[in-house]
Amino acid sequence: MPRSKARAAARPKALSAALTLPLLAGCEGAQSALAPAGEDAAVLATLFWVMLSGAVVLFLAMNGLFFYLTRIRVQAQSETVARWLIVGGGIVLPFVVISALLVWGLSILPDHRQAGDGLRIRVTGEQWWWRVEYWPEGATEPVISANEIRLPAGQRTELILDSAHVIHSFWIPALGGKMDMFPGRETFLSLRPTQPGTYRGQCAEFCGASHAWMAFEAHVMAPEAFDDWLAAQAGPAQTALSDAARRGAGIFTREGCGACHTIRGTEHIGVVGPDLTRVGSRTTLGAGRLGVSLDAYRAWITHTGDLKPEVEMPAYDHLSEAEATDLAQYLRGLE
Amino acid sequence: MSADKAALPPPDRRPLGPYPPTPEMLAEPVPEALQRAQADRLRAAWRTPKGWRYWTAVNNTEVGKWYCLTALAFMLCAGVMALIIRLQLAVPDNDLVSSDRFSQLFTLHGSAMMFLFAVPMFEAISILLLPGMLGARDMPFPRLSAFGYWCFLIGGTFVLVSILFDIAPRAGWFMYPPLATQDEGPGSDIWLLGLSFIEIASIAAAVELIVGALKCRPPGMRVNMMPLYAWYVLVVGGMILFAFPPLIAGDFLFELERSLDWPFFDPTRGGDPMLWQHLFWIFGHPEVYIVFLPSIAIAAMVIPTVARRPIVGYSWIVLSAVGVGFLSFGLWVHHMFTTGLPSISLGFFSAASQAVVIPTGIQLFAFLATLLVGRVTMNLPMLWIAGALAVFTLGGLTGVMLAIAPFDFQVHDTYFIVAHLHYTLFGGMIFPVIAGVYYFFPFISKKMLSERLGRWSFWLIFTGFNICFLPMHLTGLLGMPRRIYTYPTGLGWDWLNLISTVGAFIIAAGFLVFVWDLLRPKGKQPQPPRNPWQAGTLEWSHDIPEEAWGVRSIPHVTTRYPLWEQPGILERMDAGRYYLPDAEEGRRETLITSVIDARPLQVQRVTGPSWITHVAAAFTGGCFIFPTFGYYWPAVVCGVFAGMAILYWLWTATARPPEAERKDVGLGLSLPTYVSGPDSVGWWAMWITMLGDATAFASIIFGFFFYWTAQDDFPPDGALHAGAGETALAALALAAAWGLVLLARRWNRHGAVTAARLALAGAALTAATGGGALALAVWPLDPTSHVYPAVICAIALWICVHAALAVVMHLYCLAGSFAGKLTPHHDADLCNVALFSHFFVLSSLVACAVIGLAPRLI
Repeated sequence: MPRSKARAAARPKALSAALTLPLLAGCEGAQSALAPAGEDAAVLATLFWVMLSGAVVLFLAMNGLFFYLTRIRVQAQSETVARWLIVGGGIVLPFVVISALLVWGLSILPDHRQAGDGLRIRVTGEQWWWRVEYWPEGATEPVISANEIRLPAGQRTELILDSAHVIHSFWIPALGGKMDMFPGRETFLSLRPTQPGTYRGQCAEFCGASHAWMAFEAHVMAPEAFDDWLAAQAGPAQTALSDAARRGAGIFTREGCGACHTIRGTEHIGVVGPDLTRVGSRTTLGAGRLGVSLDAYRAWITHTGDLKPEVEMPAYDHLSEAEATDLAQYLRGLE
Repeated sequence: MSADKAALPPPDRRPLGPYPPTPEMLAEPVPEALQRAQADRLRAAWRTPKGWRYWTAVNNTEVGKWYCLTALAFMLCAGVMALIIRLQLAVPDNDLVSSDRFSQLFTLHGSAMMFLFAVPMFEAISILLLPGMLGARDMPFPRLSAFGYWCFLIGGTFVLVSILFDIAPRAGWFMYPPLATQDEGPGSDIWLLGLSFIEIASIAAAVELIVGALKCRPPGMRVNMMPLYAWYVLVVGGMILFAFPPLIAGDFLFELERSLDWPFFDPTRGGDPMLWQHLFWIFGHPEVYIVFLPSIAIAAMVIPTVARRPIVGYSWIVLSAVGVGFLSFGLWVHHMFTTGLPSISLGFFSAASQAVVIPTGIQLFAFLATLLVGRVTMNLPMLWIAGALAVFTLGGLTGVMLAIAPFDFQVHDTYFIVAHLHYTLFGGMIFPVIAGVYYFFPFISKKMLSERLGRWSFWLIFTGFNICFLPMHLTGLLGMPRRIYTYPTGLGWDWLNLISTVGAFIIAAGFLVFVWDLLRPKGKQPQPPRNPWQAGTLEWSHDIPEEAWGVRSIPHVTTRYPLWEQPGILERMDAGRYYLPDAEEGRRETLITSVIDARPLQVQRVTGPSWITHVAAAFTGGCFIFPTFGYYWPAVVCGVFAGMAILYWLWTATARPPEAERKDVGLGLSLPTYVSGPDSVGWWAMWITMLGDATAFASIIFGFFFYWTAQDDFPPDGALHAGAGETALAALALAAAWGLVLLARRWNRHGAVTAARLALAGAALTAATGGGALALAVWPLDPTSHVYPAVICAIALWICVHAALAVVMHLYCLAGSFAGKLTPHHDADLCNVALFSHFFVLSSLVACAVIGLAPRLI
């Protein structure tokens, strides 16, 4: 299982302080909208806590009144009071509450197309993984990756979303709201993470058999570290290979893996599946399905369909254990 | 021209005699012997068939009971699916069921709860209760209710059983394309065709309920005196009429894509999956209120009884219910907040979604106000209402949160939504419906349910529900998306899911207790009092022991709570002092009154037991079920047989010239036995049906303009258009068909029977010509190549099918004229066909303009 690093979560302000500690502890989690690590998510978490407080008050008032009228003060009362109750409770109160809520809620309606600080990332939903292209400002060609998102902290990044086959939805709860991904149409989302760390994202729109396993990790990095990482991501795959990895590279070629996967700098230029040029540098395998141990690589190669139902990649279970290990060594070494 | 019949003057169809009845007339006793003789004749006319013929019954009490029990059974099946879903999610990385099976389970759970339980249950309960509340003997079209029930049984069973063969639909209950269109196997077709079949039955029931509430009220019960339940029936029936057709239109396009590869939702050929989302949610959001309002209606019946006084704010409640009905059609986009629509749309639909709080709030506070001014005596139904209030307010409050678009960006498609929708549906449907079951059970089955078991099942369901669904809010906020078949550990979801699963089984235990209480044999139980809750509305005038006639005589009503406010009404009803106390001809009859002020207009002969409804339902079922597996010819054959069965049924049982033009209905009042045009129930049913039909057509036209606005190249440059000449010919011919029908009605009424027959034949010919010309106009287009020719062909197909229907109707009237069923003074069929023609000519001209003109202009 991918394990998220511990991190300091941005605390929702003011009202949350009144809530008990266990409740707050219960809000933690790598995929929690209540442990925000970005500007957009923090605003929404505050919105939630305020609305929750209001909702609790209204819930108690309404049901308290009902209990009072049916159990405590059951005798008949004046009809004038009753009419005021309808006007006050049914019209005035909701009007005031929802007007206030709308004014506030819509004023923070994030503009999904709002301009970023330069970096743009194109994410395409595939069956069931994520094709990712980084377009730094002024770039003429993208840096291609898959199944993880890296973002510079403190900067607003634009995400351009689309999909290859069916509708997906792109969502990193700790950083902000979700946005659907359509075939044949582009949607936009911009995010400004504030806390460096690792967060989990997941497809939110049902997209078929392996919807449950269409996830990824989002790494928020200090801007300098991000720039270094992006520079390292560009360019061909590394060529210095161990003996096992060299054998694995041969198996990769023999099994025709290059028909679907690209490893830049080699003859493998398939585009059906994820780009594997730097697969070894990623923190999950199979779009958030597994960790990155050697065993995980072997399991993925030989039991693909068991791990991810109806996935398009066939299981290479005819490989001997030694062959699978060599292939795993090769891929894992592509950092 | 034969002028023989014109020689006779038209029969006087005005009501004759004193109305309203004076107190002296009502005070006059009915002789005992006469009472007994009348009761015997009435009993004979309304006798429920015995033995295996029992299943031919069409009486609202029988059909309503079957309908309720079937909907309950479907609900329990869907509940078992939910339990399997919860078991699978109880622990992380579970492999109890496969991903594929899990998708089938949640798709069918949602679809069945919505289409096989929530909406049919409302219609079932209303069919069962409405005639009682209105003091009517039956619904206006009993065989239509029976037909609808058998369709529901066949279609529902078909859809549910698919899961046993591992071929159930599996794209989620809102079937988003392209996932659902691309899905291999018959799952999506089962959903589309099986549920369309049921939707059509639902619309039929809605038509009948609307006509029932408008035309079958007792004399004197003006609209502002109707029981609130009847108002809700009207509002909800109207909503069904406008909400289901967009979905049916969507299903039509969807199935054309599945079967014939017409690319409505395929972006690679100009289609757009967003069109389905719009059509689905234009249906889907009103659907929520279609489910919720009837439950409010039950509360509106229980609360005055509990408070021992009339409801406070009757007009406020009615206006609010109507307001909710209207508003609910303007909110659908809040299901699509995360699809990247412009912020201005999000803001508008956020505000509209919030606005619905006000009419909902007025209704809830009017109930509280009634409790405030009354002297409350709690009873078991009220306990369930209390539970409903607690659960529903929580669901409503999370709804207010969700309507704020930015918050929805976070929790949309998560377990927060799952929690929210179950809170609204349990609070807004399950709890009130069970309250209704406990409240109305003595009326329905003349027995009481157990107080002790009722409390047990309440507390089990109430606590189980909150244990199951309250934690789900947090599960969703912690990031768990809905519809995942399993999840990894370590995200904070494990405990919450386990707790939810435990809660689900507590709910199930509560339902077991409830169902046991409902179904356990109660033979030895003494008969309950006639009005056990001391309620004020007419249904509690029911007979104990049971009688199939509905009411012994149809009362004159002058108050909202006649049993409280009209002393002596019960005794007079029982004595047969009021209207229609007798069945001299041994025919089933009920009273038809005017829409607004319920003046008596007509004695309506209603249909009795028959097998024809089963035959028609079975063939209609075949017509929908065969195409699911790609058997198109058997489907066509079934369709033809279904049509023949329905024609036989209409021919033998509806709009037959009566043996006498008028009859005495009691209290000196004499009413016609045959009316045509706006006074008749058939005309109203046609009018209401055509509103739904026009809505479906408008939805397809909406599709055309949706593509036009959403795409830069629609129609694509150089696209082949439909033939202009043929389209113009079609428009002319279809307009001529309309003119000829109107002439036929006019000439027939004036006794020019031969001319009328010629006009009808001409109408059939021109309608066929028009349909044919339109088919020729689009014949050269290749609908599989691009969405533009596809949508043009879909519009043409719709018109051609209606033209074929029109031809059948014209020939039916022609045959009726020759057979003496349609005469100058008995022209109800022709009036109804003329009404159909009004709608059809409008939609034809719109279609021809869109097909022939619009693409050349835009």
